[in-house]
Amino acid sequence: MARYVARRLLLAIPVMIGASFLIFAMVYALPGDPIRSLGGDRPLAPAVVAELRDEYNLDDPLVVQYAKYVGNLVQGDLGTDFRGREVSETIAQRLPVTAKLTLVAIVIEAVIGVIAGVMAGIRRNGFLDNVVLVSSTLVVSIPILVLAFVAQYVFGFQLGLFPISGIGDGWYSYLLPGLVLASTSLAYVARLTRTSVAENMRADHVRTARAKGLPNRAVVVRHTLRNSLIPVVTFIGADIGNLMGGAIVTESVFNLPGIGRAIFDSVRQQEGAVVVGIVTLMVFVFVFFNLVVDVLYAVLDPRIRYD
Amino acid sequence: MTDQQRDDLRHDEVGAGTTTGLAAPSVDVTDTRQNSLWSDAWRALMRNPLFWIGGVLGVLFLLVATFPGVFARGADPRDCSLSNSKLEPSAEHWFGYDQQGCDYLANVVYGARNSLIIGALAVVVILVLGVTVGALSGFFGGVVDSVLSRIADIFYALPLVLGALVILRSGSLGRGVVAVAIALSAFGWMTAMRLVRSQVIAVKSADYVAAARAMGASNSRILVRHILPNAVAPVLVYATITVGVLIAAEATLTFLGVGLQRPAISWGLQIDAGQSLLRTAPHLVFFPSIVLTLTVMAFVMMGDALRDALDPRQRS
Repeated sequence: MARYVARRLLLAIPVMIGASFLIFAMVYALPGDPIRSLGGDRPLAPAVVAELRDEYNLDDPLVVQYAKYVGNLVQGDLGTDFRGREVSETIAQRLPVTAKLTLVAIVIEAVIGVIAGVMAGIRRNGFLDNVVLVSSTLVVSIPILVLAFVAQYVFGFQLGLFPISGIGDGWYSYLLPGLVLASTSLAYVARLTRTSVAENMRADHVRTARAKGLPNRAVVVRHTLRNSLIPVVTFIGADIGNLMGGAIVTESVFNLPGIGRAIFDSVRQQEGAVVVGIVTLMVFVFVFFNLVVDVLYAVLDPRIRYD
Repeated sequence: MTDQQRDDLRHDEVGAGTTTGLAAPSVDVTDTRQNSLWSDAWRALMRNPLFWIGGVLGVLFLLVATFPGVFARGADPRDCSLSNSKLEPSAEHWFGYDQQGCDYLANVVYGARNSLIIGALAVVVILVLGVTVGALSGFFGGVVDSVLSRIADIFYALPLVLGALVILRSGSLGRGVVAVAIALSAFGWMTAMRLVRSQVIAVKSADYVAAARAMGASNSRILVRHILPNAVAPVLVYATITVGVLIAAEATLTFLGVGLQRPAISWGLQIDAGQSLLRTAPHLVFFPSIVLTLTVMAFVMMGDALRDALDPRQRS
């Protein structure tokens, strides 16, 4: 087991290095003047340009540039924004909001998704199955951007059930944005659970459980669901990265002061360093959770060998 | 049972696959053509209402994108008058007016073209990249596979919208339709690659590939003539759904301020402009949103129907 974890960790390192290099290359090494794009629409004074070129080591060869960038990165130095504020400070302040939002979304997609999927999967081609199939197609088709505005308008403005912006109401204010954020994944979880449950219902051990007279509930919960949840758990783990991508839109629409909103604001204010810093962080979180999922998969499914 | 009825029954049984030609001696085997995957799939598609809804929406979207003038009801999207600002929808102007007083129906209708171009362009690039890299990776295995798969892993670490956001933000591609399409395909090709790779690996060891090799076929011939055709089905399903995903991603990027820019006409820009007026003029957000959703839905539904039709295991 320890060897397996160590090997997965070793495999994740080149991916993290590669991904950070990719981001770095896109921002600093592609044709086009990065300093000009840092300045955005505002032209910079020649002295400022010279200093910035020096600060970002732009006159060094690419590999040296990248090495210096990584050197700063591992020390937690993600650069500063135009007002001289540390990017890492912005992240530290805003990360809890995004973490809460992601957590709410995951709870929603796991609970509703699994329940819907089980109900559909137990009786394949039944009424509930078709309801779940059709509604999941509809939900997948609605872009988060659209769903966010519809939810805000209907449940916030019209019905007044939920706060429409900000985090003034504690956890309650995360509920609607969390639901919006979870929507697409919820549909996928429901489908995944459905397929998995339907397949497992035909398995030999389930038939045995039935034959020895176990009540239906015990058969479903103890013998089918446990096995069926393995792919669902992996999906949810791997989905954390996508949720963070979606958080940009959700946080922008619902005005939640998380790192997604920070990306949105930074793009508008042409704050290159903040965008790059946060995206790099998100990529690391994404790779990390994928790693956790891989390990978890091996723990949950004894059929998978560790080495 | 009349002869006609018996014939119908026989035909149905064979068609549905419940009886094979050989198992029922009364059926003339030579007369009943063996159904191919594609003819079966086609028949399943024709019976699927999901495919019809998606198909009709998709064709409508294509028509709107190609001939926006016809659907704009004679209005010019750039012919604006501030006196009409934010007017509500009416019988004359179905979608009302936007803040600048432009006919909104015309604007929404003209927005379809950019979505279509970006969706189509990006999916073509994704397919070319994904199929090429995936086929090479799966066919040759070994070092080639390791290197290509690790590269895919690295790109995979950046979720689609995030990766596209960074590359568009850097400004090196510009901010046009082609730039957005390239940015989206640069971070969207990995799933296609993985699909093709696993299909190629699965098919590679089949007997007919060994037979082709024994007859002296070259690597490239085996790959193109024997392996790839069998990997087409899942890629086709994926590509159909992806067009919808890409169109939604374009609107999202544009909304976030890194995609298309004015004076381009795009649903993302319209939603962005309308968001601050959501309370007073909700139609400014809703009309482009509805059209965007229907467009995405068209491709998702067609893809879903295609998946059901092409997957023989799902047939009951």
